[in-house]
Amino acid sequence: MTVRKITIAFAPLGPSLPGKAYGEHPVHSPFDRTCIHCYTFPMNILVFIKQVPDTAIGLKINAEGMDIAYQDIPWVINPYDEYAVEEALLIKEKFGGNVTVVSMGHDKAAEIIRSSLAMGADEGVHLNDAIFEGSDAYSTALILSRAARLLGYDIILCGKNAVDNGWGEVGAAQAEILNIPCVSSILKLDISEDKKYAIASREIDEGLEMIQAPLPALFTLQQGINKPRYASLPGIMRAKKKEIRVLDAGALNIQPQDVGRNASRISIKRLAYPPARKKGKLLQGDSQTEVKELIALLTKEAKVI
Amino acid sequence: MAGIWIIAERRANAVTEGTLEAIGAGRVVSGNLKTELTTVILGNGPDSLPANCSDAGTDNVYLLDNPLLSQYTSDAYIAALQHLIKLHSPALILIPSTCNGRDLAPKLAGRLKTAYIPDVSQIEFADNEIIFHRPIYGGRLLSQVTCRGEKPWITTLRPRAFEKAGAVKNGARVENHIASLSRDSIRTIVKGIKKTQKGLGLTEADIIVSGGRGMKGAENFKMLEELAGILGGVVGASGAAVDAGWMPHSAQVGQTGKVVSPKLYIACGISGAPQHLAGMSTSKCIVAINKDPEAPILQWADYGIVGDLFEIVPMLIEALNTTT
Repeated sequence: MTVRKITIAFAPLGPSLPGKAYGEHPVHSPFDRTCIHCYTFPMNILVFIKQVPDTAIGLKINAEGMDIAYQDIPWVINPYDEYAVEEALLIKEKFGGNVTVVSMGHDKAAEIIRSSLAMGADEGVHLNDAIFEGSDAYSTALILSRAARLLGYDIILCGKNAVDNGWGEVGAAQAEILNIPCVSSILKLDISEDKKYAIASREIDEGLEMIQAPLPALFTLQQGINKPRYASLPGIMRAKKKEIRVLDAGALNIQPQDVGRNASRISIKRLAYPPARKKGKLLQGDSQTEVKELIALLTKEAKVI
Repeated sequence: MAGIWIIAERRANAVTEGTLEAIGAGRVVSGNLKTELTTVILGNGPDSLPANCSDAGTDNVYLLDNPLLSQYTSDAYIAALQHLIKLHSPALILIPSTCNGRDLAPKLAGRLKTAYIPDVSQIEFADNEIIFHRPIYGGRLLSQVTCRGEKPWITTLRPRAFEKAGAVKNGARVENHIASLSRDSIRTIVKGIKKTQKGLGLTEADIIVSGGRGMKGAENFKMLEELAGILGGVVGASGAAVDAGWMPHSAQVGQTGKVVSPKLYIACGISGAPQHLAGMSTSKCIVAINKDPEAPILQWADYGIVGDLFEIVPMLIEALNTTT
């Protein structure tokens, strides 16, 4: 770890202080109270993560037909949320600050909070209450936004969607509730020197769109933005000792009628397997014959060219 | 039930294919529910009614006009739409599932606190209910859901899942609305656009020629571009090819990239990981060229060739060049 020392005679406090006046922020980690930049503007970075069934394995529909069968299913952190944890750590390495990972879910969700702490996050918060169960995306966003208000934030990061039922709404709705801008599906995030705004590259159909958003803001992350680090052994040891703060409905001031299955705007009728594709043809013969046959099939049978 | 709306997307002076598909889906829904169908176009300028929209079979076209709507920003779009929604209280809003559509729809639903259903692939009617089908777990399962509570319900429609609306000369009633917006209410600034996709977007293309790990290098994608050029298609890539840096992320087909459903999908050197299959398994016709006879993609292909793509693809280019 290299820390460029800067000497400052007088260290004024307050958020209106322009960071530029003190030159560039030295790159160091972790947050350092003797560093004027860290001290004056500690970035409060919130990362919202979700535990999801590992989609690489086979999924079965349960007997009731409304949900998947959860027996023997490995659970993982939603891959997009893992990018969010990594990005938060990168921001902290550059600007200093505090990374808090927050997850709503059953007791089991503590696993992914623990693994994020092992990656380097400073604090873990677990939103856990029986009345949260069955909440739709909006109610979930409501719960998360209460947590965000309680914890404070300069920047909020989460995955663009969860790979389970992939609603892709929680981040957007949370930003709406908090009344902060949301830039979705980003592939690059640059924060200005004074930490007043960020420029994010958002995925659009033609390519990328560069968007400037004032902070605080929420960003949802797309695959490709970074490569999540592996937890180091000391990191894992440190994470084991850390206490995960648990917040329930009472602590978040959530009323039972606003969340859970009964408040859901969506009701699931059933799950089904997608229709199977009809068996295809494996072309035979030498390459020339195969190519000729393929062109004939595409023009005459499939009629697609 | 009050009306069904479609939020149109424009390109030059036409609405996109995805918008025509949404109008097609909307015609079925409004027919079933015996309600009016309205296309909403946001933009700048009074002469902004696209030619292919006026005769697409909607009852109304609302033009929301403001210079601040000339470029998409969610703040401006939502503010303008919120005003119009209050005025007309639609029951259901259909939005094409493009990058901008997927950005706008959940924010709008979040603002209105109403139900949002993304990536709908089929709409069904039963017992006075609208049932939306949507793929979940990367397309490995289909979820069938209904909405309840406050309206409008908001959905995004999966590209190429619905029949495009054919032209009908019914002459939609056109209403001009001036959206009152202030620049201060738009919190984000678009600093620039970097185009990485040439011509048609992947999701709109009829024919896609895709390459995977078997392409062995970025330079070999030229060959696929040539093949796509002859067929009038575009080039896509698997996650492996994008991770290797051979193709831009915008070209990625799969669960974490674009979900496509072209008439013809040619997979070259793609093994067919579940993540990739999730993005293309609804293609009408799939051709797979792979040297590994065990590659899972061959199970999904309508026509499979086990062989060296560096031999097959040039032959295919040559044969197509001589026949056409």
